[in-house]
Amino acid sequence: MIRLTDVEMQYPNGVQAIRGISMTIEDGEFVFMVGPSGSGKSTIIKLLTAEVEPTAGRIMINGFSVNNIAERQIPYMRRTVGVIFQDFRLIEKKSVYENLAFAMRAVGSPSKTIKNRIGYVLELVGLENKARRLPSELSGGEQQRVAIARALVNNPNTIIADEPTGNLDPGRSLEIMTLLEKINELGTTMVVVTHEKDLVNRFSKRVVALENGKIVGDSTGFGYFGGAKSEKA
Amino acid sequence: MKKHDFGYFFHEGLSNMFSHGFMSFAAVGITVACLLIMGTFTLVAVNADANLRELESENEIVAFVDESYSDAQARALQSRIEEIPNVASATFISKEEATEDFKDRYPDEPMFDDLDPEILRDRFAIHLDDLKLTGKTKEAVEQVDGIVKVNANEEVSNGFIALRNIATVVCVALIAILLIVSMFIISNTIKLTTFDRRDEIAIMRMVGATNGFIRWPFVYEGFLIGVFSAVIAFLLQWMLYGAVASGIDNSSTIQLVSVIPFSQMWIPVAAVFAGAGILIGIGGSLTAIRRFLQV
Ligand SMILES: Nc1ncnc2c1ncn2[C@@H]1O[C@H](COP(=O)(O)OP(=O)(O)OP(=O)(O)O)[C@@H](O)[C@H]1O
Ligand SMILES: [Mg+2]
Repeated sequence: MIRLTDVEMQYPNGVQAIRGISMTIEDGEFVFMVGPSGSGKSTIIKLLTAEVEPTAGRIMINGFSVNNIAERQIPYMRRTVGVIFQDFRLIEKKSVYENLAFAMRAVGSPSKTIKNRIGYVLELVGLENKARRLPSELSGGEQQRVAIARALVNNPNTIIADEPTGNLDPGRSLEIMTLLEKINELGTTMVVVTHEKDLVNRFSKRVVALENGKIVGDSTGFGYFGGAKSEKA
Repeated sequence: MKKHDFGYFFHEGLSNMFSHGFMSFAAVGITVACLLIMGTFTLVAVNADANLRELESENEIVAFVDESYSDAQARALQSRIEEIPNVASATFISKEEATEDFKDRYPDEPMFDDLDPEILRDRFAIHLDDLKLTGKTKEAVEQVDGIVKVNANEEVSNGFIALRNIATVVCVALIAILLIVSMFIISNTIKLTTFDRRDEIAIMRMVGATNGFIRWPFVYEGFLIGVFSAVIAFLLQWMLYGAVASGIDNSSTIQLVSVIPFSQMWIPVAAVFAGAGILIGIGGSLTAIRRFLQV
């Protein structure tokens, strides 16, 4: 579970990126986060991965209190959250398989577990035949699938994606989003930042809208943008 | 992280090292130079010290007794001499004994065969506690009534003392400078690797690797640079020492100096090189990764 309570965040240069946000994301939920550029979407993700600290308020993630977490606990908190970025962030000189193994070894998984788990995850994202390829030998959509596989490989409770389809054409974007929905249905909490309205409108999911560092809408259902809204209780 | 994955960290450290062949080569080179200079001066100091000790135990200063003193009067001076600070012992040698000694030393010179004992004086062979105070002790012995002359081997012992002192000072200063220089170079080599690997480090951090896990490969890289340097420096030191030692042994002019064979010293030399090399290597890597690893 993720819970933000009256969270504020000011960057060292004085920019107030988050101005008092409270919300709860239950285990197993799928949440889109939308909003114009500069509204604070990426900042929330940085808060959720303990990359930045809130200047006020409280953040709980999967049982960890991010505000007063001991530094040595941060890695363990991060293991409960898989992160996906617009630009994939794969290691270019490692194969698909090695990229995933690298992420598993980094948290101390034994070799045998690594082998079994990578086989399963690659099948889930539909890349079981491309394990030996380098990222440069894959399409953008395939690279993002590798990034999704990497986010999944350590079996996190939650996946957070910042504009996961930002670099992809509409067809690929829909595929990726459908994959994320499938992973969510298998039990992983999913938080997806995007500004692709058409894409959001194709799914009947909870949509949290940000503007200028504040939540300006939180509703569930098709057609958040322009369509009929069903306000969440 | 349950246990320390030695094999993985070692492998990563090694490949880090080879990913910057030239920098690692420079780091090893400067560390070898550091260890060699350190080792050479230390070995010189150790040898000077050993020679000094030998002098201390073998060499005596000789105090001659006034000719007018009778045998009993002369022997009575012993307690006076032994009271002087820094005198370890004083052994009385009568004219007769001295004459025998003298004859023994030149057995091929028949002209000494019937040397009259009255030509030589009674004397004391005096052993000192500390050779550095030879000059002072000599003066004190000269003050004793009945002692007319004191012979001391001051020049030789002063030479060894000076050599030992210079070697020690140079050694300490050089070690300090070179340690810093090698650590700096190793640190920069490793900083370069961390820069190369910044994407991997970011990913490791993102997926929840502990700082320890992220650091270890770089610590191993420093460790390996240190160990490689120590091994190379040891071999070079061995060759260098052997060459210098045989040079001294074969030289007729430096007979006075005795050289400790390397076989008697290789264990401490190897241990010190390994210790210093590893210390420099790990020290360098720790300074390199200290700052970049904030969460
Ligand atoms: N590292 C930073 N230092 C200072 N200010 C920052 C930093 N990162 C973001 N900001 C500022 O904080 C505000 C929110 O930025 P954020 O990146 O969260 O927006 P966003 O909603 O993700 O925008 P986009 O849709 O363009 O990605 C912006 O005004 C931005 O300029
Ligand atoms: Mg953003």
